Amino acid sequence: MSNRVNDFAFKIATANGTGSASANGLIMQTIFRMGIPVTGKNLFPSNIQGLPTWYEIRVSKDGYTARTPVFDLVLALNAATYAKDVAEVRSGGWLVYDSTWPLDPKLIRDDVTYVGVPLAQMCGESFKGVRERILMKNIAYAGALAALIGMDPEIIRGLTLEKYSKKPALVDSNQKAVALGYDYIKANFDCPLPIRLEPMDETKDSILIDGNTAAALGCVYAGATVGAWYPITPSTSMMEGFKGFCTRYRRDPETKKNRYAIIQAEDELSAIGMVIGASWAGARAFTPTSGPGISLMNEFIGLAYYAEVPAVVFDVQRTGPSTGMPTRTQQGDIMLCAYASHGDTKHICIYPCDPREAFEFAVAAFDLAERYQTPVFVLTDLDIGMNDWMIPKLTWNDAYRPDRGKVLSAEELEAAKSFYRYLDVDGDGIPQRSLPGVHPKGAFFTRGSGHNKLGGYTEDGDEYQEVLDRIARKVDGAKDAVPAPIIKRTAGAKVGIVTVGGCHAACAEAVDTLIAEGTPVDYMRVRGFPFNDEVVEFLNSHETNFIVEQNRDGQLRSLLTLETNVPKSKLESVRYYSGFPMSAHHVLSGVSSKMAVNA
Amino acid sequence: MSYIAKPKVHHPALKPNAIGLTRRDYEGAITTLCAGCGHDSITAAIIQAFWELDIEPYKVAKLSGIGCSSKTPAYFLREAHGFNSVHGRMPSISTGAGAANGDLIMIGVSGDGDSLSIGLGQLSHAIRRNVNLLYVLENNGVYGLTKGQFSASADPGSTSKKGETNTMAAIDSVLLALTLGATFVARSFSGDKEQLVPILKAGLKHSGFAFIDVISPCVTFNDHEGSTKAYAYTREHQIPIVQADYVPHRDEITTAYDPGAVQTVTLHDGSSVNLRKIAEDYDPTDRDRAYSFIRDHQARGEVCTGLLYIDPTSSDMMEQNDVVPAPLYNLPYENLCPGSTELEKLQARYR
Repeated sequence: MSNRVNDFAFKIATANGTGSASANGLIMQTIFRMGIPVTGKNLFPSNIQGLPTWYEIRVSKDGYTARTPVFDLVLALNAATYAKDVAEVRSGGWLVYDSTWPLDPKLIRDDVTYVGVPLAQMCGESFKGVRERILMKNIAYAGALAALIGMDPEIIRGLTLEKYSKKPALVDSNQKAVALGYDYIKANFDCPLPIRLEPMDETKDSILIDGNTAAALGCVYAGATVGAWYPITPSTSMMEGFKGFCTRYRRDPETKKNRYAIIQAEDELSAIGMVIGASWAGARAFTPTSGPGISLMNEFIGLAYYAEVPAVVFDVQRTGPSTGMPTRTQQGDIMLCAYASHGDTKHICIYPCDPREAFEFAVAAFDLAERYQTPVFVLTDLDIGMNDWMIPKLTWNDAYRPDRGKVLSAEELEAAKSFYRYLDVDGDGIPQRSLPGVHPKGAFFTRGSGHNKLGGYTEDGDEYQEVLDRIARKVDGAKDAVPAPIIKRTAGAKVGIVTVGGCHAACAEAVDTLIAEGTPVDYMRVRGFPFNDEVVEFLNSHETNFIVEQNRDGQLRSLLTLETNVPKSKLESVRYYSGFPMSAHHVLSGVSSKMAVNA
Repeated sequence: MSYIAKPKVHHPALKPNAIGLTRRDYEGAITTLCAGCGHDSITAAIIQAFWELDIEPYKVAKLSGIGCSSKTPAYFLREAHGFNSVHGRMPSISTGAGAANGDLIMIGVSGDGDSLSIGLGQLSHAIRRNVNLLYVLENNGVYGLTKGQFSASADPGSTSKKGETNTMAAIDSVLLALTLGATFVARSFSGDKEQLVPILKAGLKHSGFAFIDVISPCVTFNDHEGSTKAYAYTREHQIPIVQADYVPHRDEITTAYDPGAVQTVTLHDGSSVNLRKIAEDYDPTDRDRAYSFIRDHQARGEVCTGLLYIDPTSSDMMEQNDVVPAPLYNLPYENLCPGSTELEKLQARYR
């Protein structure tokens, strides 16, 4: 076959807990430093050691970052998954295996080329101790792959030096392991293979970062000082990231004391309670969690909504219902977050599509929460949160200042004739706010029980309704403050493709494919709720809109149906919810099957 | 809760405190609890404690959960922010508020249902964290607002108003707090203002979680013969073990007692508590002995009261987390945001 330069995908199958992550990271980073767009998806089990894990790397000269279902090469190192892994190699592709042992009959296929490398044997001979042999076997496969697909050995060397700059012994063993794999392939196989890398210049303005880290950095830049959390996959690394950045940036230079407080709560109920308490007292506070955590937080979310206390909640979505598959991705909390808690509630939700937006929307979330005095949900997912994405470098505008909303200072309270917490002074539904400990005139009683516009307890129907109606107006008013949808129109398009969050990568690729194949389509990515007028106009301007999302019930479609005047018949649903990131192929097959039916 | 504004009438003869405020300035709305409710006596003691300590009311945050006791923050300190949150979750709200603003003087009021059933987890962990909070558990052994169900603090064998007998073991909040490592543990009785006020004052000055269980009879649902939380029962079985006297930093310590029986404990800000030991063999700084002492007396049907345990070396959550002393909510943004140059530099890590 002809060469496929910088446009292929491969998959590495190992067992969890064997240390393959550092080898996979090394491979990703090397390709990235060669200037070639690359993306990696870690498909891992809810387990610490022993269960199957896969790492998929896609190299795309065109910069597509969605997952691909077709693999040109599979590195099968986990006997437990041989049958599944060999089946995933495309016809004409390559299968790399550890030839320390004879080729397992399960791995045999006629249309695949076999590349055997005696990884275990070589590492057994070259390294001492079980642990080092296992770890270095991973680095050795990285070396073998380097030779097979043409990774630059100098870049690998440079990365190893950087990573282990303080541990020279590790530099030596890593370089030795790389050489074992690399030299063996060079000596025994014709390489590089037709699927190969050639240096490009497409990544110099980009970084490789996961969404949890980026969101944590956003919290630091937003000026958040209180983080409360309960560990839950896949959100855990966000608070770890926040802690890391705070250690670096939030120590008083003189006293070395912390300009932040991180509190690990006893559960998610407590975590959101702490966020509400801290926000009530005037700090920018947040909690990262996932679906089960949101379920637990419901009662408190209703309190924050009704008592009008800001709260920023990051929901790194995983599959549900119940415990579901904790290490798999989904967009299953769209409805839950929009209406969390009992009674009439509606919440501001924003939906980043990648780590860059996770950073930017984290900042926006605090501004929205304080401006509108209400909970704000930032919905990412496991794929965005935990995988490394290639994104344009993050930038920061030093002119930014937090929008603290209508918080009255001691001087303003002193000068005010009167202060009533829930009075619509400005006619925008947003009342003035006071913080505890600032001024006697600011005192009021925060409560989740019925209250009137003056802040007093009430059981009077009219008084109660007046406040509830104002809150509805207030939250609806946020529709023009949440990030606007990204819309891309194409001449001649009759249908629209609509999506949200992390499905963007797959949708953008599918849209390009459809247009290239002669089917013009318009594209809209919704980025915030309540939906603004642009969203409604887009939907109404097409006879058919394909709503693409990652859940069983079409939750974005449901929300669009409930919250816009667009007829249901205009909204077709395309869904993929197996727990793995979506690929363009899922969008294309979903859209084309429905177009065929409609034609 | 009903909110009835209370007319603020200053009698010229009312004594002002050091900052010129009278007790009236520490009051709140008129109570809507039943006449004779023990909780109202506790409210009066709280008003007295704040007045005596010369605390500016607006510097206080008063927090509560849900239940009769949780209504009471509306009845004191009208110039302080109040937060009547959700059932059993006041500790987490307080933890967050305390993290945001370490200068807030926080008082949390809760009940036995709020603290020992739905909120047991949050109470336990606020104790473990040593949140800087005066936590008053108004303990009547009964669910008042839902009309008379047993609470988790109801003693086995005690009867409800309807005549049912409680068969389950009681959770004793004081023993629980001692076990969980609380740094300030007290028990008092709503009818004993003389004992309660100094304890409240010491609790407000304590650096960390000051836990006070106040037996507070429910006149409507739990003040009958079979109740161990009734006025008559408590008066009869209460045994003061340690009488506490709070001494502000500025006051000279006067020895009003027999020196042999007085133990002076210096608090964080230099103020102190004089503990007059009525039971000679009681040591309020020995957690293990305090535990067994209380337990032994309990077995005899006696309720030990007073400041039962204090750790004068206590450091609160914020100190333990090495947080700057200035309130976090108010730190200048310039000290929080690393800026664009640093962002550019940082990203070398992600290449």
